[in-house]
Amino acid sequence: MQLELVKRDAPSATMLLAAPFLAIGLTLLTSGILFALMGFNPFEALYEYFISPLTELWSVHELLLKAGPLILIALGLAVCYRANVWNIGAEGQFTMGAVFGSIPPILFPEWTGPLTLPTMLVLGIIGGALYGSIPALLKVRFRANEILTSLMLAYIALLILDYLVRGPWRDPGGFNFPESRNFSDEQSLPVIVEGSRLHLGILLSFLMVPVMWFFMSRTLAGHAIKVVGEAPRAARFAGFSSSALVYGSLILSGALAGLAGIMEVAGPIGELRPTISPGYGFTAIIVAFLGRLNPWGILMAGLLLSLSFLGGEAAQITIGLSDKMARVVQGLLLFFVLGCDTLVRYQIRFSSGAPKAAEQSAAPAAPATQGAGDAA
Amino acid sequence: MQGDTDLHTESGNTDPLLAVDGLTKSFGALIAVNNVDMAIAKGSIHALLGENGAGKSTLVKMLYGTLQPDAGRILINGKPETVASPNHARALGIGMVFQHFSLFESMTVAENIALALDHKPTPDQVKAELTDFVARYGLAVDPDSTVGDLDVGVRQRVEILRVLLQKPSLVILDEPTSVLTPQEAEQLFGVLRQLASEGKSILYISHKLDEVRALCDDATVMRHGKVVARTDPREESSASLARAMVGSDVTDAVRTHRALPADAPLMLELNQVEYEPGSLFGMALKDISLRVHAGEILGIAGVAGNGQKELFDVLSGEALVDLDSVRIEGHPVGKLPIAKRRERGGAFVPEERAGHASVPAMALSENALITRKAPEDGTLGSLGVMKFGAIRKLSETIRDAFDVRSAKGDPAASTLSGGNLQKFVVGRELSRKPRILVVNQPTWGVDAAAASFIRTGIMDLADQGSAVIVISQDLDELLQISDRIAVLSHGYLSEPLDAANVTLEQLGLLMGGDGGAPASGPEAANTAGMERSDAA
Repeated sequence: MQLELVKRDAPSATMLLAAPFLAIGLTLLTSGILFALMGFNPFEALYEYFISPLTELWSVHELLLKAGPLILIALGLAVCYRANVWNIGAEGQFTMGAVFGSIPPILFPEWTGPLTLPTMLVLGIIGGALYGSIPALLKVRFRANEILTSLMLAYIALLILDYLVRGPWRDPGGFNFPESRNFSDEQSLPVIVEGSRLHLGILLSFLMVPVMWFFMSRTLAGHAIKVVGEAPRAARFAGFSSSALVYGSLILSGALAGLAGIMEVAGPIGELRPTISPGYGFTAIIVAFLGRLNPWGILMAGLLLSLSFLGGEAAQITIGLSDKMARVVQGLLLFFVLGCDTLVRYQIRFSSGAPKAAEQSAAPAAPATQGAGDAA
Repeated sequence: MQGDTDLHTESGNTDPLLAVDGLTKSFGALIAVNNVDMAIAKGSIHALLGENGAGKSTLVKMLYGTLQPDAGRILINGKPETVASPNHARALGIGMVFQHFSLFESMTVAENIALALDHKPTPDQVKAELTDFVARYGLAVDPDSTVGDLDVGVRQRVEILRVLLQKPSLVILDEPTSVLTPQEAEQLFGVLRQLASEGKSILYISHKLDEVRALCDDATVMRHGKVVARTDPREESSASLARAMVGSDVTDAVRTHRALPADAPLMLELNQVEYEPGSLFGMALKDISLRVHAGEILGIAGVAGNGQKELFDVLSGEALVDLDSVRIEGHPVGKLPIAKRRERGGAFVPEERAGHASVPAMALSENALITRKAPEDGTLGSLGVMKFGAIRKLSETIRDAFDVRSAKGDPAASTLSGGNLQKFVVGRELSRKPRILVVNQPTWGVDAAAASFIRTGIMDLADQGSAVIVISQDLDELLQISDRIAVLSHGYLSEPLDAANVTLEQLGLLMGGDGGAPASGPEAANTAGMERSDAA
């Protein structure tokens, strides 16, 4: 007895649309069961987790604040994933963006002026892009798998940040706490909504949604990325260089993650610390897939995943749910998103083991469906 | 051809070896095999004819147990049977030789054959059986050679031997001669006739009408899933069989083969190209030189796997070689990628239409853009912004001009039938009026009407003064449309021969067979390389 995934001839259009919602529904159901098993009233817990953060203005602000970096990173990751380049290391590119962007306020604290902040942002972009180009180089030159290299580099980046803020970049007047000096106003992104932490960077992140949509669907570069992801030989035939696309997609996604990184430290955080991200770089992978690698979908998915962070915090405060639950909910969501997507496109077939060899030998003899298509 | 008339008469009054009765199989809305009746007499060589997509493969898969019919019966010796699996089919005495190879490349011939036999003999026993068999029928193969080292023609022979040693009473062969030279094919026919004279039945699937007329004594013709004719092919003409297959007359334009005018400008040349493909399974190109002039169609013949793909890649720029060894109108381009060669007037149609020439999941308009990004195509604005209106219009123009039948709107390439997608990818290049066209297997797996359309388009292009290289396994096609034909064998290219005077035998010899003994690597290479030895 064997399980086989067989591609469906024509996936149902309705199910393709319904799959993300089905995944969300299944996540809610499973989380509810888990809450109940942990001894909470599942309805109350689900309410605290998913609804209560939306009931107050300040928490909606917080929702947008957390959605910003998730969306910005996921927009870049979607470009990679479209090109079949599996960048798992956005967390590292985010971190290196924050580190590079913090060079002016930490090493040149006296230099403040209208150019300081733009310089920080550009350095953040460069830091993320450079860090993203490392797995690209390793993949193109040595055929090293970018899943492994980008993930390992993410941990290296986190350790570099840790070293810097505990060592050379520690605030001299900071009583030995592992923190850099605080950024001044000129070194920080201005707040755009009075009384909230919403800063200019969040607006910038949301504005990148239409920009990236235009890039992916209306330019030759976006077309090339999709062609190389769908059919690498056709891309070569079209004259698109696959190594250029590996570099391009990793550098672009690194740049966006790096920008998100510097905007996080020059925004709500205001300094470098050992931990500057609750795992945005990893959660953005879920955002990218839940959003179907489409910028508008990513916008929605980013808001949803942001809610899962907030809900985790809220449920921890109000009913004492463990903060690890946010990770569990996110994991469930990714699991169900990928599961639903796969089952919409493929069907499961049970086959007995015995005639397998014979069937395999029969398989190459002109697929019946193709012949059927020709007759139509 | 002679000597087989007497054997099909003796099978008249007994039950047929295999009969199918109202066999039906549908896939979704499409009825691939529709209420088919067919009977194969003992000792007969029965042809199953039909175009691609007529339902031949689906029918045969049901006979061999890889598909189950929706309705109808299969009778073997008059007894209804459910063929549950290929194992079961073999137990019922049905053996099948597939169009594609299913051999283990790293194992020897004897080991491969031993694996397929139910009584699990030792390699030594297999060798004994093999020697015995070869003594009776021919088809010599060295049982100790490793399959990976063998020619495609010899591999095909191993496939056939493997099935014949199972001692089936019915042998199904699916397009067996597509990888054989004419001489190898004739040898195979001899074996099949001998088997038939011993009372075995053969179901021979083909679309090559001359072959069927020479070999078979009975024929079932299928079209759109139904049986449209049952006939004795020896009493039919190729034209009448073609009419039955296609449903209408197919008029194929014929090229008047022309001598080259002395002043025809040289458009594309290869000079002593050496190319080692990156993958283990490729064929290295050795010292290949060729020249194509304006208005000329050069045909490249050869059995699959002799370097066709590699030659195409070198010509198109998907594989890069020494700068000077490829020249377009005198300019060295060996190191220039495909986009630069397109700028110089080149157009290319690879063998594989889905996945190489096109992206199956993408719309036709997006697929049009793949090779049509030049400024004169008008598909791109500044900063590489795509002009959707212009791209759609380009795609519409190609579809109208080349009779591409598809759903309305802008459907995905994967929804087109093979023939229509091929017309689209060929039309995409022809409508550019390129000065140089290189096309690999232009009509492979394409129905007769589409094939005729594509060949006419290629010939028209040459008439307008473009240089064309057609790489094809189909000798009839090459003889029809080329001015000169060269043969690619083991990575060597022969001197071109005038298509007007060349014979099938000459081409067959160059393709590596020598009419009797198995073709061995170096021997065939020498044959093919004979005329270019002065260049070495």
